[in-house]
Amino acid sequence: MKKVYLDYAATTPVDKKVLKAMLPFFSNTFGNASSLHSVGLKAKTTLEQARKIIAKSIGALPEEIIFTSGGTESNNLAIKGIAFANQKKGKHIIISSIEHDCVLNSCNWLKTQGFEITYLPVDKNGFIKIKELENAIRKDTILVSIIHGNNEIGTIQDIKKIGKTCKTRGVYFHTDACQSFTKTKLNVIQQNLDLVTINSHKIYGPKGVGCLFVKKGITITPLLHGGGHENGKRSGTENISGIVGFAKAVEISNEKDIIKMEKLRDYLIKKVLKIPNTKLNGDSKKRLCNNAHFSFSFIEGESLVLFLNQEGVMGSTGSACSSNTLKASHVISAIGVPPEISHGSLRLSLGKNTTKKEIDFTVNKIKKVVKKLRLMSPLGGESNV
Amino acid sequence: MYNKIVMHHFSKPKNIGEINNADGVGKVGNPVCGDIMWLYIKVNKKNNTIKNIKFKTMGCAAAIATSSMVTELAKGKTIEYASKITKQDIVNELEGLPPQKIHCSILATEALIEAIYDYLTKNKLDVSKHIQKEHERIIKTPICK
Repeated sequence: MKKVYLDYAATTPVDKKVLKAMLPFFSNTFGNASSLHSVGLKAKTTLEQARKIIAKSIGALPEEIIFTSGGTESNNLAIKGIAFANQKKGKHIIISSIEHDCVLNSCNWLKTQGFEITYLPVDKNGFIKIKELENAIRKDTILVSIIHGNNEIGTIQDIKKIGKTCKTRGVYFHTDACQSFTKTKLNVIQQNLDLVTINSHKIYGPKGVGCLFVKKGITITPLLHGGGHENGKRSGTENISGIVGFAKAVEISNEKDIIKMEKLRDYLIKKVLKIPNTKLNGDSKKRLCNNAHFSFSFIEGESLVLFLNQEGVMGSTGSACSSNTLKASHVISAIGVPPEISHGSLRLSLGKNTTKKEIDFTVNKIKKVVKKLRLMSPLGGESNV
Repeated sequence: MYNKIVMHHFSKPKNIGEINNADGVGKVGNPVCGDIMWLYIKVNKKNNTIKNIKFKTMGCAAAIATSSMVTELAKGKTIEYASKITKQDIVNELEGLPPQKIHCSILATEALIEAIYDYLTKNKLDVSKHIQKEHERIIKTPICK
């Protein structure tokens, strides 16, 4: 059976060029970058070369990049690292109400350590309001953390404006750019960014590697103590093969893919919205080039995803029934989608190699499955399918 | 996540649909919770057995599979027997559900009780203590709380 993977926001396959670049660093050039001998030196040179490539891609200096195990660690390091290093100034942090769980739960944990968190609301398309951010910043505010491209609904925030506001008010600004990196502009100088989280496995690199950009001069408290790697900010022997793969993934990313995905995304959205009682979540223009997020009335998302999988289409849902906590996605609730509609949510995320043929196949399968589920639903009925 | 039996009842649910001139209808759940089940029964009044049973469900795979299973367990059985089907009976027949999904089977037993209650009261028949108690509990407590 034909299979179409449309869950690239969850993770991407490792690109063949990336894998090829990584392979020599497992068994041949296997050295520890801290060793003084030639194998170690080679690892060190490779590590610094990769650091340069990644730094340059976001307009940063190599020494401003701290390699980590991925997005979750980088977000934890940014938030807890700033919190602990700046608690003399204050214990107040501002985040949006649509952050990734790792930002949200880092902040929830900080509350148990005496920090206070303000959760900025978002409008129906998922944007925060600058005015509300300005009003929320206080004397004791030490950090603002707002996600760049939202992982569920794809909304891209105006981080340049947010950064400017934070700069004017003397508050650090962190953004989680895991979904947006290589998919829309990201430049730490032009967009006034103090800390940025990016990772590898969303951009055709390997899992288990990411980094945190920390602007020169900003102090953070490390989470991992040990041999003083990464300038003392993150101890642990560097994952050279992973970092090499990460850098290669950055190198091969290009604008052509973005334009191609954007076109296909809009085509997919146009086709799916022809299904009655269907809603697009997020903004129609300022959204990630590969993200489409829908709510289908009268049906439930887990059933939808499982039936689609049986038809060969792989997507995801933020439905309450699909989560371990049985709670509806906080992102969908934050944009004000009523619960009776929000249960039938579906996220489809495209990849650089997704074809129009695959989209057509997917649209047909969605039509079929949505109709089937609506006929099974007490609320569906013939007239609504 | 789900075993083969659950996936089978989810993919090809038994007894799906409506009965136009049903003797009893049970409607439970609500759209806010994301779980709704309507269950229809047709009763053979001579021997008090459920001769036909159908359902419609909006819900996750577990909700659909448990709906399907409860109709299989109740079909052809007496009202008395059907009213005593428990969520554990359904889970056992399905050979298990993920722990966080066990509660879905409550929806199925409650829809059945409500359909039976509807049939009995419409026909001015005796409502047993057990059914009366269950009915009162169901209408008081929304499924998703």
